[in-house]
Amino acid sequence: MSKLALPERVLMNIEKPARYIGNEVNIVNKDLSDIDIRIAMCFPDIYEIGMSYLGIQILYDMFNRREDTYCERVYSPWPDLDRVMREENIPLFSLETQSPIHNFDILAITIQYEMCYTNILQVIDLSNIPIWAKDRTKDDPIVIGGGPCTVNPEPIAGFFDIFYIGEGETSYDALLDLYKQYKFSDITRDDFLHEAAKIPGLYVPSLYDVIYCEDGTIKQVRPIYEDIPCKIKRQVVTDFEHAPYPMKPIIPYVRATQDRVVLEIMRGCIRGCRFCQAGMIYRPTRQKPVKMLKEYARKMLDNTGYEEISLSSLSSSDYEDLDTLLDYLIQLKDTDHVNVSLPSLRIDAFSLDVMSKVQDIKKSSLTFAAEAGTQRLRNVINKGITEENILQGSHDAFLGGWDKVKLYFMLGLPTETDEDLYGIAELAEKISEVYFDTIPKEKRNGRVMITASASYFVPKPFTPFQWAPMILPEEFTRRAYYVKDSFMQQRNKKSLKFTYHDAGISILEGVLARGDRKLSAAIYDVYQNGGIFDAWTEYFDMKRYEDAFSRNGIDVMFYAARERNIDEVLPWDHIDTGVTKAHLVKEWENAKHGIITKNCREKCTGCGCALYGGGVCFETKN
Amino acid sequence: MKLRIKYTKTGVLRFIGHLDVMRLFQKAIRRAKLSVSYSKGFSPHQVISFAAPMPLGMTSEGEYFDGEFDEITSTDDMMHRLNETLPDGVRVLDIVLLPENAKPAMSVVTASDYIIYKNDESDMNQIDVLLPFVQSLTDQNEVFVMKKTKSTEAMADIKPFIYDLKGCENKSSYIDYKGNAIYMMLASGSQDNLKPELVVTALCDLAGIQYNRYDYMVHRLETYMGEKDKFRSLCEIGEQF
Repeated sequence: MSKLALPERVLMNIEKPARYIGNEVNIVNKDLSDIDIRIAMCFPDIYEIGMSYLGIQILYDMFNRREDTYCERVYSPWPDLDRVMREENIPLFSLETQSPIHNFDILAITIQYEMCYTNILQVIDLSNIPIWAKDRTKDDPIVIGGGPCTVNPEPIAGFFDIFYIGEGETSYDALLDLYKQYKFSDITRDDFLHEAAKIPGLYVPSLYDVIYCEDGTIKQVRPIYEDIPCKIKRQVVTDFEHAPYPMKPIIPYVRATQDRVVLEIMRGCIRGCRFCQAGMIYRPTRQKPVKMLKEYARKMLDNTGYEEISLSSLSSSDYEDLDTLLDYLIQLKDTDHVNVSLPSLRIDAFSLDVMSKVQDIKKSSLTFAAEAGTQRLRNVINKGITEENILQGSHDAFLGGWDKVKLYFMLGLPTETDEDLYGIAELAEKISEVYFDTIPKEKRNGRVMITASASYFVPKPFTPFQWAPMILPEEFTRRAYYVKDSFMQQRNKKSLKFTYHDAGISILEGVLARGDRKLSAAIYDVYQNGGIFDAWTEYFDMKRYEDAFSRNGIDVMFYAARERNIDEVLPWDHIDTGVTKAHLVKEWENAKHGIITKNCREKCTGCGCALYGGGVCFETKN
Repeated sequence: MKLRIKYTKTGVLRFIGHLDVMRLFQKAIRRAKLSVSYSKGFSPHQVISFAAPMPLGMTSEGEYFDGEFDEITSTDDMMHRLNETLPDGVRVLDIVLLPENAKPAMSVVTASDYIIYKNDESDMNQIDVLLPFVQSLTDQNEVFVMKKTKSTEAMADIKPFIYDLKGCENKSSYIDYKGNAIYMMLASGSQDNLKPELVVTALCDLAGIQYNRYDYMVHRLETYMGEKDKFRSLCEIGEQF
């Protein structure tokens, strides 16, 4: 490839032109004349973010293993290029062959967070594809969405032909085979979509009618054909060990956010924290054998030349052979100058020992995801960490030479009171006291620093808190100030610090996460009024959303701040993630009573995911 | 052992910044399994240093970096291993072993020569308009152009830094162009430095036309060390092995 889609004068006048030129090491090149299906795989955010995402590298590798298919990549053009493309009518193009996305058969978009919804419209629009799925014809690519946000795809249902619910490794072959029949025959787009809807995990939103009650809640979601499923079942790779994994990931020229080898050691989480969507929608927990991971690590480092490796999972401390794996990686550090970047580990003697080997203690800090300030509230959210764990971990860490501790909290958790808020400051104070009790005066270098930071709790679908009200931004701010004041009352306040996140974006996430199809019009409105890159504070404009909501009758109270009744039909009830509604109801009740639920390895709680037939549910040791 | 590596940067990789080229080589050296030396300390890094940073958009067949290696094989073997793993557009052309007392590439650069040719994307063929003025610029004792730095803008005499300027007779195998081109050899490096764009601007002034950056492509042929009239390419101080 030597001809670029963008002319010299454009490339030389935008930030980091290397984002758009492709030609990276390890990309796949194919002869287009041998190809039946062209897939443009998109992460709707800037190149550096998109290139850091493991999922696309996995699917890129998987699709390109098919001889009849060529998968290329496309990312959101940054606002500087976006402007030029609109002014000069330059269509959005793929990186590999630099060809217009409209020439592709399939535009597959991964949807990782709600605030990228306007970027999805940007990508579809700049590709010259009609933004609304209903306006597309056989000449337009099929637009498919995947990723975690598709467990509630309703707010963006109008923009997609198909959603792939769950893990891409299972059903794509069936879809691509069907697509080929459609492409080389006179089968209509409607008939193709109808057939696609019969493939497990594929949700074709246009084939489902939503009927509303007078109060705006949903009465019923029903398929318009009898031969497509009422519920779409999330796809899960049960043979995780043999799932495809790219040994030659693409290496970007510009520094990506994740500029290292990423090794996925485990998928899913055994913990069951009640606020955590990832912990619910990736069940059951599945691990890769340590022998395989060592081999993968070696091969990927050799194939990329990266000097750093990091582990990917939701809770690496729960990976059963972590000690063996880390021993191996630490050995690589000594022999091959490979830096090991550790994921957040549970702080204990083992993890402190490992960290002291791979990090500069003086520069690094310890992190505890306490999430809530009191044991009562930690029980409500089922966060299995106690004050004793935190104080003991801090004690050991201080002895090991650390003097910086970070604590993460959420404000606005269900049942939270001012006492829980005060508990945040108290916990920070207790940690600082541990420091002064543990480290004698003459051994203290500078000041110990305990930094607590709080984010704004957003209830998510398919968690036990999916019925919970989200607090309003004014109340979030009040609680944040309350915590700040509490910090000022502590004895060691000079060693304590409290910061909190901006509230604006979070409340919108709250609306979008649990929204229904009525939100599509509002998202379209925001985009038409210039909203793109809303996940970036420098481009996000709250007013654009407020105006769009008021023009389209979207009430923040209704979508985010209302407590839902467990009998209410939720916009995402026709998606089946494997975790049963009965389990979520039980967990919501347990939460209200502060009852702890054991993790998957201690005791199966019958969430429903055992039906998938793999992972932790079938580990023999229980 | 200290090695000097000469490489090209051509084609679409002209849009990759200097830091990205450094990172590209750091990874390529590891993929090629060359025994590069690492610094001591908690986060060791490869002991390599680059000569002159290249502006975005320029191509070159005369770029250099120095690297410290624990073990070396042969020029041919190391070149082959690197070229196997480097992307199109970056080729290693030479590797030499430097004498122990050699100064770093970065500090010895004194000149570079360039070919200026027509940008395919431009409708104007300005090279043919400028060529007749090459001789008159060479004959002038002083050539004043507006020189911009980050903070100031002033007229400056660039003539002392133009070592050669003429119609280009030879083609390079690393670039593809039709028609005429201009050859120039200019001061380069930390002491005196003259950008080829400024010479083109001066030619435009003489020809009475507006300078537009996107009418031209700039290709560096070689980077030199030493004094005027005794310039040597940066690799000449070492030997193949």
